Amino acid sequence: MSSAPAGPRRSLARALPAAPGVVLLVLFLAGPIGYCVYLAFTDLQLTGQAESSFVGLANFREAFGDEDFLNAVWLTLVFTVVSSLLGQNTLGLTLASLMRRASRPVRTLTGGIVVVAWVLPEVVAGFLLYAFFRREGTLNAVLDWLQLPVQNWLFTLPILAVSFANVWRGTAFSMLVYSAALNEIPQEVTEAAEVDGAGGWRRMWHITLPMIRRSIGTNLMLNTLQTLSVFGLIWVMTRGGPGGRSQTLPLYMYEQAFQNHMIGYATAVALLLLVVGSLFSLVYMRLLRMEA
Amino acid sequence: MSDAKVTMSARRTTRRLAADAALLVVAAAFVLPLAWVLLSAVDADADLRVKAPEEFTFANFDAVLVPEVTFTPLLNSLILCGCATLLTVVCAALAAYPLSRYRSRTGRAFLATVLFTTCLPITAIMVPVYALFVQVELIDTMHGTILFFAASQLPFAVWLMKNFMDGVPKELEEAAWTDGASPFQSLLRVVLPLMGPGVAVVTVYSFVMMWGNFFVPFMLLLTPEQMPASVSIQDFFGNRGTVVYGQLAAFSVIYSTPVLLLYLLIARRLGAGFALGGAVKG
Repeated sequence: MSSAPAGPRRSLARALPAAPGVVLLVLFLAGPIGYCVYLAFTDLQLTGQAESSFVGLANFREAFGDEDFLNAVWLTLVFTVVSSLLGQNTLGLTLASLMRRASRPVRTLTGGIVVVAWVLPEVVAGFLLYAFFRREGTLNAVLDWLQLPVQNWLFTLPILAVSFANVWRGTAFSMLVYSAALNEIPQEVTEAAEVDGAGGWRRMWHITLPMIRRSIGTNLMLNTLQTLSVFGLIWVMTRGGPGGRSQTLPLYMYEQAFQNHMIGYATAVALLLLVVGSLFSLVYMRLLRMEA
Repeated sequence: MSDAKVTMSARRTTRRLAADAALLVVAAAFVLPLAWVLLSAVDADADLRVKAPEEFTFANFDAVLVPEVTFTPLLNSLILCGCATLLTVVCAALAAYPLSRYRSRTGRAFLATVLFTTCLPITAIMVPVYALFVQVELIDTMHGTILFFAASQLPFAVWLMKNFMDGVPKELEEAAWTDGASPFQSLLRVVLPLMGPGVAVVTVYSFVMMWGNFFVPFMLLLTPEQMPASVSIQDFFGNRGTVVYGQLAAFSVIYSTPVLLLYLLIARRLGAGFALGGAVKG
Protein backbone atom coordinates (compact mmCIF):
# COMPACT_ATOMS: atom_id res chain seq x y z
CA MET A 1 0.00 0.00 0.00
CA SER A 2 2.64 2.42 0.97
CA SER A 3 4.64 1.64 -2.17
CA ALA A 4 2.06 3.39 -4.34
CA PRO A 5 3.20 6.84 -5.39
CA ALA A 6 1.71 9.35 -3.02
CA GLY A 7 0.21 12.54 -4.37
CA PRO A 8 0.30 15.68 -2.26
CA ARG A 9 -3.31 15.27 -1.17
CA ARG A 10 -2.75 11.71 -0.16
CA SER A 11 0.38 12.40 1.86
CA LEU A 12 -1.47 15.23 3.54
CA ALA A 13 -4.25 12.86 4.53
CA ARG A 14 -1.69 10.43 5.85
CA ALA A 15 0.00 13.07 7.95
CA LEU A 16 -3.32 14.26 9.37
CA PRO A 17 -3.13 12.29 12.66
CA ALA A 18 0.04 14.21 13.48
CA ALA A 19 -1.86 17.50 13.37
CA PRO A 20 -2.83 17.88 17.07
CA GLY A 21 0.71 17.16 18.17
CA VAL A 22 2.17 19.54 15.62
CA VAL A 23 -0.23 22.30 16.66
CA LEU A 24 0.69 21.79 20.32
CA LEU A 25 4.40 21.84 19.54
CA VAL A 26 4.17 24.92 17.34
CA LEU A 27 2.06 26.92 19.80
CA PHE A 28 3.71 25.96 23.05
CA LEU A 29 7.27 25.07 22.15
CA ALA A 30 8.29 26.61 18.84
CA GLY A 31 6.31 29.75 19.74
CA PRO A 32 8.16 30.38 23.00
CA ILE A 33 11.51 29.58 21.38
CA GLY A 34 10.80 32.12 18.64
CA TYR A 35 9.60 34.61 21.23
CA CYS A 36 12.81 33.95 23.17
CA VAL A 37 14.92 34.91 20.17
CA TYR A 38 12.85 38.10 19.73
CA LEU A 39 12.79 39.12 23.40
CA ALA A 40 16.52 38.70 23.78
CA PHE A 41 17.00 41.78 21.61
CA THR A 42 14.54 43.98 23.51
CA ASP A 43 14.55 45.78 26.85
CA LEU A 44 11.24 44.37 28.11
CA GLN A 45 10.81 44.80 31.85
CA LEU A 46 8.41 43.28 34.30
CA THR A 47 7.28 46.50 35.94
CA GLY A 48 4.13 47.34 34.03
CA GLN A 49 5.98 49.30 31.36
CA ALA A 50 3.72 49.43 28.35
CA GLU A 51 6.12 48.76 25.53
CA SER A 52 9.59 47.59 24.96
CA SER A 53 11.98 48.62 22.26
CA PHE A 54 14.51 46.84 20.13
CA VAL A 55 17.95 47.26 21.61
CA GLY A 56 20.10 45.14 19.31
CA LEU A 57 22.97 43.37 20.99
CA ALA A 58 22.88 45.58 24.09
CA ASN A 59 21.70 42.75 26.35
CA PHE A 60 24.55 40.53 25.27
CA ARG A 61 27.11 43.32 25.65
CA GLU A 62 25.75 43.99 29.11
CA ALA A 63 25.95 40.30 30.01
CA PHE A 64 29.57 39.89 29.02
CA GLY A 65 30.47 43.04 30.93
CA ASP A 66 28.65 41.86 34.05
CA GLU A 67 30.74 40.15 36.70
CA ASP A 68 27.75 38.26 38.08
CA PHE A 69 27.06 36.81 34.65
CA LEU A 70 30.66 35.71 34.18
CA ASN A 71 30.55 34.25 37.68
CA ALA A 72 27.43 32.28 36.71
CA VAL A 73 29.09 31.01 33.52
CA TRP A 74 32.10 29.87 35.53
CA LEU A 75 29.94 28.17 38.18
CA THR A 76 27.86 26.46 35.48
CA LEU A 77 31.08 25.12 34.02
CA VAL A 78 32.28 23.87 37.41
CA PHE A 79 28.87 22.37 38.14
CA THR A 80 28.78 20.59 34.78
CA VAL A 81 32.34 19.28 34.89
CA VAL A 82 32.26 18.16 38.51
CA SER A 83 28.77 16.71 38.66
CA SER A 84 28.21 15.43 35.15
CA LEU A 85 31.58 14.69 33.58
CA LEU A 86 33.56 13.59 36.62
CA GLY A 87 30.75 12.61 38.97
CA GLN A 88 27.78 10.95 37.32
CA ASN A 89 29.71 9.64 34.35
CA THR A 90 32.69 8.14 36.18
CA LEU A 91 30.73 6.87 39.16
CA GLY A 92 28.09 5.41 36.83
CA LEU A 93 30.71 3.52 34.84
CA THR A 94 32.48 2.35 38.00
CA LEU A 95 29.23 1.09 39.50
CA ALA A 96 28.23 -0.65 36.28
CA SER A 97 31.55 -2.47 35.97
CA LEU A 98 31.70 -3.39 39.66
CA MET A 99 28.19 -4.80 39.41
CA ARG A 100 29.31 -7.31 36.81
CA ARG A 101 31.65 -8.87 39.33
CA ALA A 102 29.65 -8.43 42.49
CA SER A 103 27.36 -11.01 44.04
CA ARG A 104 23.71 -10.79 43.20
CA PRO A 105 22.22 -9.48 46.47
CA VAL A 106 24.79 -6.68 46.73
CA ARG A 107 24.18 -5.77 43.09
CA THR A 108 20.42 -5.60 43.54
CA LEU A 109 20.67 -3.64 46.77
CA THR A 110 23.10 -1.02 45.45
CA GLY A 111 21.29 -0.69 42.14
CA GLY A 112 17.98 -0.26 43.95
CA ILE A 113 19.24 2.48 46.26
CA VAL A 114 20.92 4.41 43.47
CA VAL A 115 17.81 4.23 41.28
CA VAL A 116 15.51 5.40 44.11
CA ALA A 117 17.68 8.53 44.43
CA TRP A 118 17.07 9.11 40.72
CA VAL A 119 13.32 8.53 40.72
CA LEU A 120 12.59 10.83 43.67
CA PRO A 121 11.11 14.21 42.70
CA GLU A 122 13.77 16.88 42.22
CA VAL A 123 12.58 19.04 45.12
CA VAL A 124 12.53 16.13 47.54
CA ALA A 125 16.08 15.24 46.50
CA GLY A 126 16.96 18.87 47.16
CA PHE A 127 15.59 18.74 50.70
CA LEU A 128 17.29 15.45 51.50
CA LEU A 129 20.66 16.79 50.44
CA TYR A 130 20.06 20.12 52.12
CA ALA A 131 19.61 18.18 55.36
CA PHE A 132 22.65 16.07 54.53
CA PHE A 133 25.02 19.01 53.95
CA ARG A 134 23.75 21.40 56.63
CA ARG A 135 26.08 22.26 59.49
CA GLU A 136 24.01 20.15 61.87
CA GLY A 137 23.37 17.53 59.19
CA THR A 138 24.36 13.95 58.55
CA LEU A 139 27.60 14.55 56.65
CA ASN A 140 29.14 16.40 59.58
CA ALA A 141 27.87 13.73 61.96
CA VAL A 142 29.71 11.10 59.92
CA LEU A 143 32.86 13.22 59.65
CA ASP A 144 32.75 13.85 63.37
CA TRP A 145 32.46 10.15 64.03
CA LEU A 146 35.48 9.52 61.77
CA GLN A 147 37.28 12.30 63.68
CA LEU A 148 37.64 14.38 60.53
CA PRO A 149 37.20 18.18 60.52
CA VAL A 150 33.62 19.35 60.07
CA GLN A 151 32.49 22.51 58.33
CA ASN A 152 29.40 24.34 57.17
CA TRP A 153 29.35 22.88 53.64
CA LEU A 154 26.54 24.98 52.25
CA PHE A 155 28.46 28.08 53.27
CA THR A 156 32.08 27.18 52.61
CA LEU A 157 31.73 25.11 49.45
CA PRO A 158 28.18 25.61 48.15
CA ILE A 159 28.96 24.81 44.51
CA LEU A 160 30.64 21.56 45.51
CA ALA A 161 27.70 20.64 47.74
CA VAL A 162 25.16 21.15 44.94
CA SER A 163 27.45 19.29 42.53
CA PHE A 164 27.56 16.31 44.84
CA ALA A 165 23.82 16.56 45.20
CA ASN A 166 23.50 16.32 41.45
CA VAL A 167 25.80 13.29 41.43
CA TRP A 168 23.60 11.64 44.05
CA ARG A 169 20.51 12.35 42.01
CA GLY A 170 21.79 11.63 38.51
CA THR A 171 24.25 8.73 38.70
CA ALA A 172 21.57 6.09 38.18
CA PHE A 173 21.06 7.16 34.58
CA SER A 174 24.74 6.66 33.69
CA MET A 175 24.76 3.41 35.62
CA LEU A 176 21.83 2.07 33.58
CA VAL A 177 23.33 3.21 30.27
CA TYR A 178 26.70 1.65 31.06
CA SER A 179 25.23 -1.56 32.45
CA ALA A 180 23.42 -1.99 29.14
CA ALA A 181 26.57 -1.19 27.16
CA LEU A 182 28.79 -3.55 29.17
CA ASN A 183 26.28 -6.36 28.77
CA GLU A 184 26.74 -6.17 25.03
CA ILE A 185 30.48 -6.84 25.17
CA PRO A 186 30.90 -10.52 24.27
CA GLN A 187 32.10 -12.65 27.18
CA GLU A 188 34.89 -14.18 25.03
CA VAL A 189 36.56 -10.82 24.54
CA THR A 190 36.91 -10.23 28.25
CA GLU A 191 37.98 -13.81 28.90
CA ALA A 192 40.59 -13.77 26.16
CA ALA A 193 42.12 -10.64 27.62
CA GLU A 194 42.05 -12.19 31.06
CA VAL A 195 43.87 -15.32 29.85
CA ASP A 196 46.45 -13.09 28.17
CA GLY A 197 47.09 -11.72 31.62
CA ALA A 198 45.82 -8.21 31.05
CA GLY A 199 45.13 -6.66 34.44
CA GLY A 200 41.92 -4.92 35.45
CA TRP A 201 42.97 -1.39 34.54
CA ARG A 202 44.57 -2.32 31.23
CA ARG A 203 41.51 -4.35 30.24
CA MET A 204 39.35 -1.37 31.05
CA TRP A 205 41.51 1.08 29.12
CA HIS A 206 42.35 -1.00 26.03
CA ILE A 207 39.29 -3.17 25.59
CA THR A 208 36.23 -2.06 27.52
CA LEU A 209 36.38 1.70 27.00
CA PRO A 210 36.98 1.56 23.22
CA MET A 211 34.10 -0.91 22.86
CA ILE A 212 31.59 1.27 24.67
CA ARG A 213 32.82 4.63 23.38
CA ARG A 214 29.52 5.42 21.69
CA SER A 215 27.59 4.88 24.89
CA ILE A 216 30.10 7.13 26.60
CA GLY A 217 29.44 9.85 24.04
CA THR A 218 25.67 9.51 24.29
CA ASN A 219 25.74 9.44 28.05
CA LEU A 220 28.00 12.48 28.33
CA MET A 221 25.76 14.49 26.01
CA LEU A 222 22.54 13.61 27.82
CA ASN A 223 24.10 14.15 31.26
CA THR A 224 25.45 17.52 30.25
CA LEU A 225 22.13 18.66 28.79
CA GLN A 226 20.31 17.55 31.92
CA THR A 227 22.87 19.24 34.18
CA LEU A 228 22.71 22.52 32.25
CA SER A 229 19.04 22.84 33.08
CA VAL A 230 19.11 21.95 36.78
CA PHE A 231 17.16 24.56 38.72
CA GLY A 232 15.01 23.08 41.50
CA LEU A 233 17.82 21.15 43.17
CA ILE A 234 20.04 24.22 43.60
CA TRP A 235 17.08 26.48 44.38
CA VAL A 236 16.00 24.30 47.28
CA MET A 237 19.52 23.80 48.66
CA THR A 238 21.05 27.26 48.43
CA ARG A 239 18.89 29.61 46.27
CA GLY A 240 22.16 30.24 44.42
CA GLY A 241 23.81 31.67 47.48
CA PRO A 242 25.47 32.54 49.67
CA GLY A 243 26.49 35.66 47.79
CA GLY A 244 25.94 34.04 44.39
CA ARG A 245 28.52 31.34 45.03
CA SER A 246 26.31 28.55 43.72
CA GLN A 247 24.40 30.65 41.20
CA THR A 248 24.52 28.75 37.92
CA LEU A 249 23.06 30.26 34.74
CA PRO A 250 19.43 29.11 35.23
CA LEU A 251 19.40 30.68 38.71
CA TYR A 252 21.06 33.85 37.46
CA MET A 253 18.47 34.05 34.70
CA TYR A 254 15.65 33.65 37.21
CA GLU A 255 17.05 36.34 39.49
CA GLN A 256 17.46 38.82 36.64
CA ALA A 257 13.90 38.19 35.47
CA PHE A 258 12.03 38.22 38.77
CA GLN A 259 14.13 40.08 41.28
CA ASN A 260 15.55 42.71 38.93
CA HIS A 261 12.53 42.63 36.57
CA MET A 262 14.76 42.54 33.46
CA ILE A 263 12.84 40.13 31.26
CA GLY A 264 14.65 41.15 28.07
CA TYR A 265 18.05 40.75 29.63
CA ALA A 266 17.16 37.45 31.32
CA THR A 267 15.89 36.16 27.99
CA ALA A 268 19.22 37.01 26.36
CA VAL A 269 20.89 34.82 28.99
CA ALA A 270 18.28 32.14 28.31
CA LEU A 271 19.05 32.32 24.60
CA LEU A 272 22.74 31.74 25.28
CA LEU A 273 21.83 28.70 27.35
CA LEU A 274 19.54 27.50 24.59
CA VAL A 275 22.28 27.89 21.98
CA VAL A 276 24.74 25.88 24.07
CA GLY A 277 22.03 23.26 24.57
CA SER A 278 21.33 23.15 20.82
CA LEU A 279 24.99 22.61 20.02
CA PHE A 280 25.15 19.66 22.42
CA SER A 281 21.90 18.41 20.98
CA LEU A 282 23.30 18.47 17.44
CA VAL A 283 26.43 16.60 18.53
CA TYR A 284 24.20 14.04 20.22
CA MET A 285 22.18 13.50 17.04
CA ARG A 286 25.42 13.10 15.14
CA LEU A 287 26.52 10.39 17.56
CA LEU A 288 23.21 8.59 17.13
CA ARG A 289 23.57 8.62 13.36
CA MET A 290 27.05 7.13 13.61
CA GLU A 291 25.62 4.37 15.71
CA ALA A 292 22.71 3.51 13.43
CA MET B 1 46.62 -27.01 35.03
CA SER B 2 44.32 -27.64 38.00
CA ASP B 3 46.57 -25.39 40.11
CA ALA B 4 46.03 -22.63 37.60
CA LYS B 5 42.31 -23.24 37.77
CA VAL B 6 42.32 -23.06 41.53
CA THR B 7 44.22 -19.74 41.56
CA MET B 8 41.91 -18.42 38.87
CA SER B 9 38.78 -19.19 40.86
CA ALA B 10 40.42 -17.96 44.07
CA ARG B 11 41.20 -14.72 42.30
CA ARG B 12 37.62 -14.49 41.12
CA THR B 13 36.34 -14.88 44.66
CA THR B 14 38.68 -12.19 45.92
CA ARG B 15 37.58 -9.91 43.14
CA ARG B 16 33.94 -10.56 43.88
CA LEU B 17 34.45 -9.72 47.51
CA ALA B 18 36.34 -6.55 46.61
CA ALA B 19 33.56 -5.50 44.23
CA ASP B 20 30.93 -6.26 46.88
CA ALA B 21 32.79 -4.19 49.44
CA ALA B 22 33.19 -1.23 47.08
CA LEU B 23 29.52 -1.32 46.09
CA LEU B 24 28.43 -1.48 49.71
CA VAL B 25 30.47 1.62 50.50
CA VAL B 26 28.74 3.51 47.67
CA ALA B 27 25.37 2.14 48.72
CA ALA B 28 25.98 3.33 52.30
CA ALA B 29 26.79 6.83 51.07
CA PHE B 30 23.71 6.91 48.85
CA VAL B 31 21.38 5.51 51.48
CA LEU B 32 22.11 8.11 54.18
CA PRO B 33 19.86 10.89 52.82
CA LEU B 34 17.13 8.32 52.15
CA ALA B 35 17.44 6.96 55.67
CA TRP B 36 17.08 10.50 57.01
CA VAL B 37 13.73 11.05 55.34
CA LEU B 38 12.33 7.68 56.41
CA LEU B 39 13.50 7.92 60.02
CA SER B 40 12.58 11.59 60.45
CA ALA B 41 9.07 10.96 59.17
CA VAL B 42 8.33 8.74 62.17
CA ASP B 43 10.40 10.68 64.69
CA ALA B 44 8.60 12.90 67.19
CA ASP B 45 11.72 15.03 67.54
CA ALA B 46 13.39 15.00 64.12
CA ASP B 47 16.31 17.25 63.22
CA LEU B 48 18.73 17.26 60.29
CA ARG B 49 20.72 14.18 61.30
CA VAL B 50 20.17 10.54 60.57
CA LYS B 51 19.26 8.94 63.89
CA ALA B 52 16.95 6.28 65.20
CA PRO B 53 13.73 7.92 66.43
CA GLU B 54 13.73 8.28 70.18
CA GLU B 55 10.01 8.10 70.12
CA PHE B 56 8.30 6.34 67.25
CA THR B 57 5.20 8.21 66.10
CA PHE B 58 2.77 8.75 63.26
CA ALA B 59 2.06 12.26 64.53
CA ASN B 60 3.96 13.83 61.63
CA PHE B 61 1.72 12.07 59.12
CA ASP B 62 -1.36 13.04 61.10
CA ALA B 63 -0.21 16.66 61.11
CA VAL B 64 0.35 16.88 57.35
CA LEU B 65 -2.62 14.78 56.23
CA VAL B 66 -4.99 17.74 56.15
CA PRO B 67 -6.51 19.35 53.06
CA GLU B 68 -4.41 22.51 52.82
CA VAL B 69 -1.05 20.79 53.37
CA THR B 70 -1.38 17.51 51.51
CA PHE B 71 -4.68 16.76 49.80
CA THR B 72 -5.12 19.97 47.82
CA PRO B 73 -1.55 20.08 46.47
CA LEU B 74 -1.65 16.38 45.61
CA LEU B 75 -4.99 16.82 43.87
CA ASN B 76 -3.54 19.78 41.95
CA SER B 77 -0.55 17.64 40.97
CA LEU B 78 -2.88 14.89 39.87
CA ILE B 79 -5.01 17.22 37.73
CA LEU B 80 -1.99 18.93 36.17
CA CYS B 81 0.02 15.81 35.48
CA GLY B 82 -2.95 13.59 34.67
CA CYS B 83 -4.45 15.91 32.06
CA ALA B 84 -1.07 16.78 30.56
CA THR B 85 -0.07 13.11 30.38
CA LEU B 86 -3.35 12.20 28.68
CA LEU B 87 -2.84 14.97 26.15
CA THR B 88 0.78 13.98 25.54
CA VAL B 89 0.02 10.30 25.08
CA VAL B 90 -2.92 10.89 22.71
CA CYS B 91 -0.98 13.39 20.59
CA ALA B 92 2.12 11.19 20.61
CA ALA B 93 0.23 8.06 19.54
CA LEU B 94 -1.46 9.94 16.69
CA ALA B 95 1.76 11.59 15.54
CA ALA B 96 3.80 8.40 15.83
CA TYR B 97 1.44 6.49 13.52
CA PRO B 98 2.26 8.19 10.20
CA LEU B 99 5.91 8.46 11.25
CA SER B 100 6.12 4.75 11.85
CA ARG B 101 3.96 3.59 8.94
CA TYR B 102 4.98 5.76 6.00
CA ARG B 103 8.40 6.86 4.92
CA SER B 104 8.65 10.38 3.64
CA ARG B 105 11.15 13.19 3.61
CA THR B 106 8.86 15.43 5.68
CA GLY B 107 8.47 12.63 8.19
CA ARG B 108 12.21 12.21 8.55
CA ALA B 109 12.72 15.95 8.95
CA PHE B 110 9.95 16.06 11.54
CA LEU B 111 11.49 13.19 13.45
CA ALA B 112 14.91 14.85 13.43
CA THR B 113 13.32 18.03 14.80
CA VAL B 114 11.55 16.04 17.48
CA LEU B 115 14.78 14.37 18.55
CA PHE B 116 16.56 17.71 18.57
CA THR B 117 13.84 19.28 20.73
CA THR B 118 13.96 16.34 23.14
CA CYS B 119 17.41 17.46 24.22
CA LEU B 120 16.79 21.20 24.55
CA PRO B 121 17.01 22.55 28.09
CA ILE B 122 13.37 23.48 28.78
CA THR B 123 14.55 25.46 31.82
CA ALA B 124 16.07 28.00 29.44
CA ILE B 125 12.78 28.95 27.78
CA MET B 126 10.77 29.39 30.97
CA VAL B 127 11.34 33.14 31.22
CA PRO B 128 10.05 33.81 27.67
CA VAL B 129 7.20 31.36 28.28
CA TYR B 130 6.28 33.35 31.37
CA ALA B 131 6.37 36.61 29.40
CA LEU B 132 4.30 35.04 26.62
CA PHE B 133 1.75 33.62 29.05
CA VAL B 134 1.32 37.05 30.62
CA GLN B 135 0.59 38.51 27.16
CA VAL B 136 -1.96 35.87 26.13
CA GLU B 137 -3.46 35.67 29.64
CA LEU B 138 -2.61 32.05 30.24
CA ILE B 139 -0.52 32.86 33.31
CA ASP B 140 -1.77 31.35 36.56
CA THR B 141 -4.24 29.07 34.77
CA MET B 142 -4.32 25.30 35.11
CA HIS B 143 -5.14 24.76 31.44
CA GLY B 144 -2.24 26.95 30.29
CA THR B 145 0.17 25.01 32.49
CA ILE B 146 -1.29 21.70 31.31
CA LEU B 147 -0.83 22.67 27.66
CA PHE B 148 2.76 23.73 28.22
CA PHE B 149 3.52 20.59 30.23
CA ALA B 150 2.09 18.44 27.48
CA ALA B 151 4.06 20.26 24.77
CA SER B 152 7.32 20.06 26.71
CA GLN B 153 7.00 16.30 27.18
CA LEU B 154 5.65 15.61 23.70
CA PRO B 155 8.89 15.38 21.68
CA PHE B 156 10.26 12.58 23.82
CA ALA B 157 6.88 10.85 23.94
CA VAL B 158 6.63 10.91 20.13
CA TRP B 159 10.13 9.53 19.84
CA LEU B 160 9.50 6.68 22.29
CA MET B 161 6.08 5.91 20.86
CA LYS B 162 7.40 5.76 17.30
CA ASN B 163 10.12 3.30 18.34
CA PHE B 164 7.62 1.08 20.11
CA MET B 165 5.24 1.28 17.15
CA ASP B 166 7.97 0.19 14.76
CA GLY B 167 7.94 -3.08 16.66
CA VAL B 168 4.37 -3.88 15.56
CA PRO B 169 4.58 -5.67 12.19
CA LYS B 170 2.70 -4.00 9.39
CA GLU B 171 1.23 -7.31 8.19
CA LEU B 172 -1.00 -7.43 11.23
CA GLU B 173 -2.68 -4.25 10.10
CA GLU B 174 -3.20 -5.33 6.52
CA ALA B 175 -6.03 -7.64 7.47
CA ALA B 176 -7.82 -4.70 9.04
CA TRP B 177 -7.18 -2.59 5.95
CA THR B 178 -8.67 -5.19 3.61
CA ASP B 179 -11.73 -5.18 5.83
CA GLY B 180 -12.01 -1.51 5.00
CA ALA B 181 -10.78 -0.10 8.28
CA SER B 182 -9.43 3.43 8.13
CA PRO B 183 -5.90 4.08 9.36
CA PHE B 184 -7.42 5.63 12.47
CA GLN B 185 -9.45 2.50 13.22
CA SER B 186 -6.49 0.25 12.63
CA LEU B 187 -4.37 2.38 14.95
CA LEU B 188 -6.99 2.20 17.67
CA ARG B 189 -8.06 -1.44 17.28
CA VAL B 190 -4.90 -3.17 16.08
CA VAL B 191 -1.70 -1.24 16.68
CA LEU B 192 -2.23 0.32 20.12
CA PRO B 193 -3.56 -2.85 21.77
CA LEU B 194 -0.51 -4.72 20.45
CA MET B 195 1.87 -2.18 21.92
CA GLY B 196 0.18 -1.92 25.31
CA PRO B 197 3.44 -2.16 27.27
CA GLY B 198 4.97 0.57 25.11
CA VAL B 199 2.01 2.87 25.71
CA ALA B 200 2.28 2.14 29.43
CA VAL B 201 5.96 3.09 29.44
CA VAL B 202 5.29 6.39 27.63
CA THR B 203 2.37 7.19 29.94
CA VAL B 204 4.15 6.40 33.19
CA TYR B 205 7.37 8.07 32.10
CA SER B 206 5.60 11.31 31.11
CA PHE B 207 3.60 11.32 34.32
CA VAL B 208 6.64 10.72 36.52
CA MET B 209 8.61 13.48 34.81
CA MET B 210 5.79 16.00 35.31
CA TRP B 211 5.00 14.91 38.87
CA GLY B 212 8.55 15.74 39.90
CA ASN B 213 8.84 18.91 37.83
CA PHE B 214 9.26 22.00 39.95
CA PHE B 215 10.24 24.82 37.61
CA VAL B 216 7.26 24.80 35.23
CA PRO B 217 4.46 25.19 37.81
CA PHE B 218 6.74 27.43 39.90
CA MET B 219 6.91 29.84 36.97
CA LEU B 220 3.48 29.54 35.42
CA LEU B 221 1.21 29.34 38.48
CA LEU B 222 0.91 32.12 41.05
CA THR B 223 -2.11 31.39 43.26
CA PRO B 224 -1.11 29.24 46.25
CA GLU B 225 -4.37 27.26 46.07
CA GLN B 226 -3.46 26.01 42.58
CA MET B 227 0.07 24.90 43.41
CA PRO B 228 1.01 21.26 42.96
CA ALA B 229 2.95 19.38 45.62
CA SER B 230 6.31 20.01 43.92
CA VAL B 231 5.95 23.74 44.67
CA SER B 232 3.86 23.73 47.85
CA ILE B 233 6.48 21.63 49.63
CA GLN B 234 8.51 24.84 49.94
CA ASP B 235 5.93 26.18 52.38
CA PHE B 236 7.50 24.02 55.06
CA PHE B 237 10.23 26.61 55.04
CA GLY B 238 9.54 30.24 55.78
CA ASN B 239 5.78 30.63 55.87
CA ARG B 240 5.21 28.43 58.89
CA GLY B 241 7.93 29.85 61.10
CA THR B 242 10.42 27.24 62.29
CA VAL B 243 10.78 24.21 60.09
CA VAL B 244 9.21 21.05 61.47
CA TYR B 245 11.56 18.56 59.86
CA GLY B 246 9.50 15.55 60.84
CA GLN B 247 6.49 16.92 58.95
CA LEU B 248 8.59 17.90 55.96
CA ALA B 249 9.94 14.34 55.88
CA ALA B 250 6.47 12.83 56.21
CA PHE B 251 5.17 15.00 53.37
CA SER B 252 8.19 14.07 51.21
CA VAL B 253 7.42 10.39 51.75
CA ILE B 254 3.75 10.85 50.80
CA TYR B 255 4.59 12.95 47.75
CA SER B 256 7.31 10.58 46.49
CA THR B 257 5.50 7.29 46.96
CA PRO B 258 3.29 7.45 43.84
CA VAL B 259 6.22 7.94 41.47
CA LEU B 260 8.28 5.24 43.15
CA LEU B 261 5.40 2.79 42.76
CA LEU B 262 4.80 3.82 39.14
CA TYR B 263 8.47 3.42 38.39
CA LEU B 264 8.44 -0.10 39.86
CA LEU B 265 5.54 -0.86 37.54
CA ILE B 266 7.56 -0.14 34.42
CA ALA B 267 11.08 -0.78 35.76
CA ARG B 268 11.34 -4.24 34.28
CA ARG B 269 10.31 -3.06 30.83
CA LEU B 270 12.68 -0.14 30.96
CA GLY B 271 15.18 -2.54 32.46
CA ALA B 272 18.85 -2.26 31.78
CA GLY B 273 18.19 -1.33 28.19
CA PHE B 274 16.31 1.73 29.33
CA ALA B 275 18.72 4.36 28.05
CA LEU B 276 15.73 6.32 26.80
CA GLY B 277 14.15 3.36 25.09
CA GLY B 278 15.05 3.28 21.46
CA ALA B 279 16.84 6.60 21.72
CA VAL B 280 20.25 5.13 22.25
CA LYS B 281 19.73 2.51 19.61
CA GLY B 282 18.68 5.22 17.16
